[in-house]
Amino acid sequence: MGNKVKAAIIGPGNIGTDLLMKAMRSDVIEPVWMVGVDPDSPGLARAEDLGLKTTADGVDGMVPSMREDGVQICFDATSAYVHAENSRKVNAQGAVMIDLTPAAIGPYCVPPVNLDEAVAARAMNVNMVTCGGQATIPMVYAVSRVQPVSYGEIVATVSSKSAGPGTRKNIDEFTRTTADGIASVGGADEGKAIIIINPAEPPLMMRDTIHCLTKDEPDQAAITQSVQEMIREVQKYVPGYTLKNGPVFDGNRVSIYMEVEGLGDFLPRYAGNLDIMTAAGLRTAEMYAQQILSGEFVPVASAA
Amino acid sequence: MDLSGRKITLHDMCLRDGMHPMQHQISVEQMVTVAKAMDEAGVPLIEVTHGDGLGGTSVNYGFPAASDEEYLTAVCKEMKNTKVSALLLPGIGTVDHLKMAVDCGISTIRIATHCTEADVSEQHIGMAGQIEGLDTVGFLMMAHMIEAEELVEQLLLMESYGANCVYITDSAGYMLPDDVTARVELARKELKPETELGFHGHHNLAMGIANSLAGVAAGANRIDGSMAGLGAGAGNTPLEVFIAVCDRMGIETGVDTFKAMDIAEDLIVPMMDHIVRVDRDALTLGYAGVYSSFLLFAKRSAEKYNLSSRDILVELGRRRTVGGQEDMIEDLALDMAKAAGTL
Repeated sequence: MGNKVKAAIIGPGNIGTDLLMKAMRSDVIEPVWMVGVDPDSPGLARAEDLGLKTTADGVDGMVPSMREDGVQICFDATSAYVHAENSRKVNAQGAVMIDLTPAAIGPYCVPPVNLDEAVAARAMNVNMVTCGGQATIPMVYAVSRVQPVSYGEIVATVSSKSAGPGTRKNIDEFTRTTADGIASVGGADEGKAIIIINPAEPPLMMRDTIHCLTKDEPDQAAITQSVQEMIREVQKYVPGYTLKNGPVFDGNRVSIYMEVEGLGDFLPRYAGNLDIMTAAGLRTAEMYAQQILSGEFVPVASAA
Repeated sequence: MDLSGRKITLHDMCLRDGMHPMQHQISVEQMVTVAKAMDEAGVPLIEVTHGDGLGGTSVNYGFPAASDEEYLTAVCKEMKNTKVSALLLPGIGTVDHLKMAVDCGISTIRIATHCTEADVSEQHIGMAGQIEGLDTVGFLMMAHMIEAEELVEQLLLMESYGANCVYITDSAGYMLPDDVTARVELARKELKPETELGFHGHHNLAMGIANSLAGVAAGANRIDGSMAGLGAGAGNTPLEVFIAVCDRMGIETGVDTFKAMDIAEDLIVPMMDHIVRVDRDALTLGYAGVYSSFLLFAKRSAEKYNLSSRDILVELGRRRTVGGQEDMIEDLALDMAKAAGTL
């Protein structure tokens, strides 16, 4: 296993467990630690069964031995409220932090848009924006790379069952962080994000609507082609990323209607919102891992 | 039904829910004119914002004629006795909008979620509850979609976060009086005695007045309506009518009945883009249990893709869509047009 970079997952909930299952299939990442705060957490027990080291004492429970265990990449799948503290602690031990919370203290990474850039910058903390951001920013970018977009807006609709307590407590952070990412990564002058939680049974598949207002009349053929190319890029790590309708052109409005079906690793298939997050997080970590393995990047401990 | 001597607080929706049929184009001047007339008539509370609440400005819901801040600032400073409220849907607006509205001079904030999702309001109700003197209201939309027991659990959550008043909201205008009675009665029994309880109706099945009376009889003390029914779908409970009924029944509202009638007839009706009434599509909303503000979106998509708006609305009901899913309408219309072979 000498050709893999060792990783820790912080947060043994649904996201953390799904991420673990994906990471175990990786050619370049080897998950070795699962960190939780509740000794009765089923996610910790599951990770232990799979041979990982576990602790219920939070990041502090892993810190004393993480260097010895060779952990160079950590994923935070907890909440925005505790992320900064977790990040500081693992950075001090020389591990890169991939942030799956909407805390957004590091640069944003949306793999098909700016993964190379994010990894080349060698940031010790990189943020995965939000689930809605991962599902929609590639589409905003697909339009803005063709022609200037004055305004990008997204509506993410997720099933009630796939919106965990973290998302619910963090709903303002979701809208703010996603809106920010639409502008700074998606390339729109201004971003707006809306999230809707729907309790219908059986649970609905994650849906995303992307509206862009272009400055000049939209080049329909070029935008349609760009959107289709971008969908193929996202499908490389989220095969269930599907165009339902559009692009619809109405004056300067370009609307794209997407559905995101997950892989169904640990999370149910309808929870495409969670799947796209774990898949994007892992894809980002794999890029870092390749750089670490090739010796191009050596993560360095920062002052605690 | 003897309700004489009961005191209730009326809350007018013309300048918020009324923004839906007006496609959010009510001008600041119109808002100020209407609000001053409400103040003069003794209406205790009026709501002012984009139809979808603070931060509702969007491609998805429509861009308004002016910003929430412009509307609120202009209206709040003209009010002598009438208080002003703002609506906020977590997922659309944030606590930043809430703080802005408080700075503009609102006295009431209403935090709205789908009836099963009260826990997304914890952040917002919690913060509002800590602002000195701010009347903090939890507002559960589409309340017909769950039974009384489940609904009351959600109301209790909002109460626990710090709401001093909670609402049962018939966003689809689907409820019949017995549905209101069951929900309000159980809520009144389970909530703290000091927590106020409200009912917000839509008139899609022409049940606005009957449902509001059922609400009062079962223990609600705040009732929403709008003069001339200016609101989404077939509108809200027509407030001037409800005021006249209360007057006859001896329910104390503190509002001048004739002045209310005059606002409806002389100010609101002339302002309407189209007459808000129980037309076929609005009736379909109530019949199929669909969020009232979908009305104009369904009409537009039906026209654009050569479909029946009633078919679109019935399908939206069947799919159990919730408030805010306006983006679903064009998407669904495209699917229906493809299936019909017209696209």
